[in-house]
Amino acid sequence: MSTISALPDAGGHFGPYGGRYVPETLMAPLEELEKAYLEARQDPAFQSELAGLLRHYAGRPTPLYEAKRLSGNLGGARIFLKREDLLHTGAHKINNCLGQILLARRMGKQRIIAETGAGQHGVATATVAALFGLECAVYMGEEDMRRQRLNVFRMRLLGARVVGVASGNRTLKDAISEAMRDWVTNVATTYYLLGSALGAHPYPMMVRDFQRCIGDEARVQILEQAGRLPDAVFACVGGGSNAIGIFTAFIPDAGVRLIGGEAGGRSLRLGEHAARFAGGSPGVLQGAYSYLLQDADGQVSPTHSVSAGLDYALIGPEHSWLHDQGRAEYLAVPDQQALTAAQTLARTEGIIPALESAHAVAMAVEQAPAAKNQIFLVNLSGRGDKDVDIYRENFPELDPSDANPNR
Amino acid sequence: MVAYLTAGDPAPGKTAELVLAMERGGADFIELGVPFSDPIADGPVIQRASDRALRAGMTLRGVLDAARQVRQATQIPLILFSYMNPLVRYGFERLAADAAQAGIDGVLMTDLSVEEAGEPVAKLRASGLDTIFLAAPTSTERRLRLIAEYSSGFVYVVSRTGITGEKDTVGASVGPLVATLRKLTALPLAVGFGISKPEHFQEVGRIADAVVAGSAFVRVIEEHGGEASLPGVLEDFTRRLCGTPQVAKL
Repeated sequence: MSTISALPDAGGHFGPYGGRYVPETLMAPLEELEKAYLEARQDPAFQSELAGLLRHYAGRPTPLYEAKRLSGNLGGARIFLKREDLLHTGAHKINNCLGQILLARRMGKQRIIAETGAGQHGVATATVAALFGLECAVYMGEEDMRRQRLNVFRMRLLGARVVGVASGNRTLKDAISEAMRDWVTNVATTYYLLGSALGAHPYPMMVRDFQRCIGDEARVQILEQAGRLPDAVFACVGGGSNAIGIFTAFIPDAGVRLIGGEAGGRSLRLGEHAARFAGGSPGVLQGAYSYLLQDADGQVSPTHSVSAGLDYALIGPEHSWLHDQGRAEYLAVPDQQALTAAQTLARTEGIIPALESAHAVAMAVEQAPAAKNQIFLVNLSGRGDKDVDIYRENFPELDPSDANPNR
Repeated sequence: MVAYLTAGDPAPGKTAELVLAMERGGADFIELGVPFSDPIADGPVIQRASDRALRAGMTLRGVLDAARQVRQATQIPLILFSYMNPLVRYGFERLAADAAQAGIDGVLMTDLSVEEAGEPVAKLRASGLDTIFLAAPTSTERRLRLIAEYSSGFVYVVSRTGITGEKDTVGASVGPLVATLRKLTALPLAVGFGISKPEHFQEVGRIADAVVAGSAFVRVIEEHGGEASLPGVLEDFTRRLCGTPQVAKL
């Protein structure tokens, strides 16, 4: 299995997946980005500056916390939570943003653009752009702006321009298309800070490398606290950055099951979910070849998830490879199950997870009772503050109608 | 002159008729755009055309049907202009056979880099189809060599960095890019992106073998899509854009 972590190949392929499928105008800039990244990766000064920022600015290492009341109530596996929700800006996204902003500065770029779904990556990008005094524009689908109003305002407060995208489904996919159009137009001055393990090479590799600290830390921590490796690692998968971040350290440990949770949405009918392995087939979208939700004519399907961050038609290419190799499993977690798990975690541990992370919690909650003497590691990739409006809509019994202006 | 239109806009049944109108107006080559849900290289005009065509039910199979209809009337060269995914889904082997049979002359894939092109190019060429690649102002000389190597028929030179759409002026980088390519290849060079005015045609025509216009035509189709006069309007527009003398009406 050790060969898997040596991927991608020089062309950015994970088996048949990944690669570079972009207009020619972006090819030389991608080569330049790859070269700059490979140099930075070898540069001790770059690595030490990044490590310092992760520690003193973002708050790494994050705790590994044993959720004893949750585990006790379920009566099976011991569940440990990797607390990425405690990071500055409230999610794992900051790990990648700090790495890429240092790279942007190293490349002499003055302007940062990004896409965002749930707003967590947009907020993290706006944060690092403010920290380094760089101009920042964040593309966001109008539907997501509606769902994640608080994060829109946070980005603006941080000095970023939030550009609403009205095309397509008005969600993450459309935001990425618009960011790519901006990049292709302003490529000489602009750095595209892509937030997930998606897109053309070198992004899936680079984002994985910047996120692998999650699993590297968690592996050491679980050995310290539990005295052995976990039986299973759970993470939610939209593009797949938090999942690849926690999986990577465990890929060579053949006895550790790696389990990704995709958005099962309202149902597994095409258009009502974002479970690429449950209803997709390999295709090309926004720079990469990977499992894609599409119709019989190769048009990309609309997707749905209660969680904006998982609402995307293509899965990151390394996940397609792990899936085909049988090294990782992927489950579709319905909206309702994620919502219920969020409430369970809130009430047993006093932790409100992001809706995305609630999909990972839901899988662990479902499997724990039958897993006595096992150890589960769950990536709690973000906190739920941004989702309070959606929780409110979905738990009306907690919110009497006379007090709720949305109703 | 190379003229682009999004096949299926305003309706799948109209495409062949519009191609013939563009030919009467002076177009020498036609690019048949395959509509795609996520056209990352296109500006708003072609994005909207793509949406209209998809809503009207256009598919790759429908585009090939339109090509077949055109072929019954004329020998004007037809280039299939597409994003990768509809072609991947259709399958390159099947596409190569069906496109050649439908009278398509070549295929250009907007988001296919030469690095990923080995298999598609081999399959398309085996059926006698040309493969056209884009050369961009950002392309390095190493890349331009590969682009020339993988291209047949012609090379499509992108006049400026950015997405498709009409602009007031032609990109300044196009002259040097054309000059570099001339040293690397004997293939004809077609210049496009942002070309929308008769002045652009004259300016680019001095250095290129062909000039491509797209969004300008698509805008005319958008503005007159619901009218019975659309083919005539498009024909007149084509004639004005490429400066072909008006044919005396008897």
